[in-house]
Amino acid sequence: MSLRRPAKNQPENFEFNPSSLEAAKSIVAKYPEGKQQSAVMALLYIAQKQNENWIPLAAMKYIAKFLNMPYIKVYEVATFYSMYNLSPVGKYFIQVCTTTPCMIRGANKLVEACKEKISEDESVLSNDKSCSWMEVECLGACVNAPMMQINDDYYEDLDKEKTLKILDKILNGEKPTPGSYRGRINNEPENNRKTLMDLKNA
Amino acid sequence: MLKDQDRIFQNLYNDLGPDLTSSQKRGDWVNTKEITDKGRDWIINEIKDSQLRGRGGAGFPTGLKWSFAPKEVGSRPHYLVINGDESEPGTCKDRDILRFEPHKLIEGCLIASYAIQAHVCYIYIRGEYFVDGQKLQAAIDEAYEKKLLGKNAAGTGWDLDIYIHYGAGAYICGEETALLESIEGKKGQPRLKPPFPALIGLYGCPTIINNVETIAVVPTILRRGGKWFASLGREKNTGTKIFCISGNVNNPCNVEEEMNIPLKELIEVHAGGVIGGWDNLQAVIPGGSSMPLIPKDKCETLTMDFDSLMAEKSGLGTAGVVVINKDQDIIKCMARIARFYKHESCGQCTPCREGSGWMWRMLERMAKGEASKDEIDMLGDVTKQIEGHTICAFGEGSSWPVQGLLRHFKDEIKKRNKFDPIVKENKNIPYLVDQHLLDKNA
Repeated sequence: MSLRRPAKNQPENFEFNPSSLEAAKSIVAKYPEGKQQSAVMALLYIAQKQNENWIPLAAMKYIAKFLNMPYIKVYEVATFYSMYNLSPVGKYFIQVCTTTPCMIRGANKLVEACKEKISEDESVLSNDKSCSWMEVECLGACVNAPMMQINDDYYEDLDKEKTLKILDKILNGEKPTPGSYRGRINNEPENNRKTLMDLKNA
Repeated sequence: MLKDQDRIFQNLYNDLGPDLTSSQKRGDWVNTKEITDKGRDWIINEIKDSQLRGRGGAGFPTGLKWSFAPKEVGSRPHYLVINGDESEPGTCKDRDILRFEPHKLIEGCLIASYAIQAHVCYIYIRGEYFVDGQKLQAAIDEAYEKKLLGKNAAGTGWDLDIYIHYGAGAYICGEETALLESIEGKKGQPRLKPPFPALIGLYGCPTIINNVETIAVVPTILRRGGKWFASLGREKNTGTKIFCISGNVNNPCNVEEEMNIPLKELIEVHAGGVIGGWDNLQAVIPGGSSMPLIPKDKCETLTMDFDSLMAEKSGLGTAGVVVINKDQDIIKCMARIARFYKHESCGQCTPCREGSGWMWRMLERMAKGEASKDEIDMLGDVTKQIEGHTICAFGEGSSWPVQGLLRHFKDEIKKRNKFDPIVKENKNIPYLVDQHLLDKNA
């Protein structure tokens, strides 16, 4: 289990903006009547997006009221799941996968790059407060190892040099192109494909 | 090698495009009505004949699972839930189905929902796959537009709504009852079984839960017949499977192959061989991180299916093959897997919550050569005390890889860890190996 604590400095108020509110209502409609609690995960995610990648306690209270459920139940969910950030992580949140399949293909080099460019320790904001990084468990792109996730997007088939370039872009405020950095568009064996050749050549 | 026309996922490499028109050209959605017109019993029997086993890890026969759903719908509605919480290290097959073959999955959902009489289907996708989930959502919207979903879906007379529910980074939500808890908006902590979800599942209603790949192969099986599917592979281990080959190979890839394919063929032919040559191979994790590793000498002749791997005291699991060559420190690799389980334990059962961290700390010290001799046996003891003493199979999943390491690489650990805190060698005094006594600075 991982230890997760809310941030010390909390904003006093939180409210969904109109677009979030609309999204939230359409999500609640997905679930049967009286089971609106099911929407709590999606709503926390919406709150996180609206509030620069992290969820303040005020948002949890707001969602509890919105879904008519006890605040502690929302708090439980927000602290249980690792994708909810309980303290500021910056506009760009970098997650480096370091589980075994990535580790044996050199994920530690990616971590080194993050340490050089962003901050010495994980979950610490960079100097300009725009981004932070952390090591995470398997992100499910093992044949594209090593890889990392920045906000919603996957950056695959990396090495240290390519990671440094991506991080430079982020620190300049640009959004790097997601996807494979060896030019792969699918998970076929590179230059060694033996199956479904008719379709490839079609 | 499997013939191309027998491959179910023709668009695994996205040569043709994932949209509806291209999918229809590949045969999806062509005669869905004809299939459902043959009736529920025919569908379930055909799936039973095909001997399809669940692709999510446990390998439970799918036809049998469907037959557990109540025959008549009572006061409680039935639900179909698709498990796309693919988080097992080494596995990335469902992601390719979500982004490249979404219509196979959606059509499978319709047929399965019809067979178990569900009008609502939830697809649970791990939160990290948000972008791929959006692609599935686009395909679902497309299907609604063409009246393949919703009221009288695809002209079958059956109403079906499909909703996507995103997870938020919890491996344990891949366990079926934890997944249901998560959809209900709670912490993902597994439930006790029985009652089984087929009778009391989502919102207390009968629920059938299947993996993405299992459901996606259903339409093709019904079109080509259960006999065709059963003719591939071998008895009780039939059909095709997407293998994910990652780690120290020249060309890591996903490939659909026949069950019972030799492991060596997978690695040498499809993945371009081990980095540094076959002789540089150290061990292979055959089915995602939960399955015990297999040392090189056994890899020569090993075939990949549920039962033959079981005979090697491992398992097919999700068919995520992780290849580890001799450049890697095997103890460190396993210590990292133990750290994964320590991080992902939901904390409900004490043996797993405490034991997973305990195993990780011991393995970390063993990798550095700081453990005592006694600890090697103690580690085995800890794994035995977790296994079978937890609500869900996470306990097994976390202790099996460690047991595999001890089974095949005990000599390696012994060679590295000679530290003896007691003057007399190999004297078994458990309290003397407490961590603070081993701390060098203490």
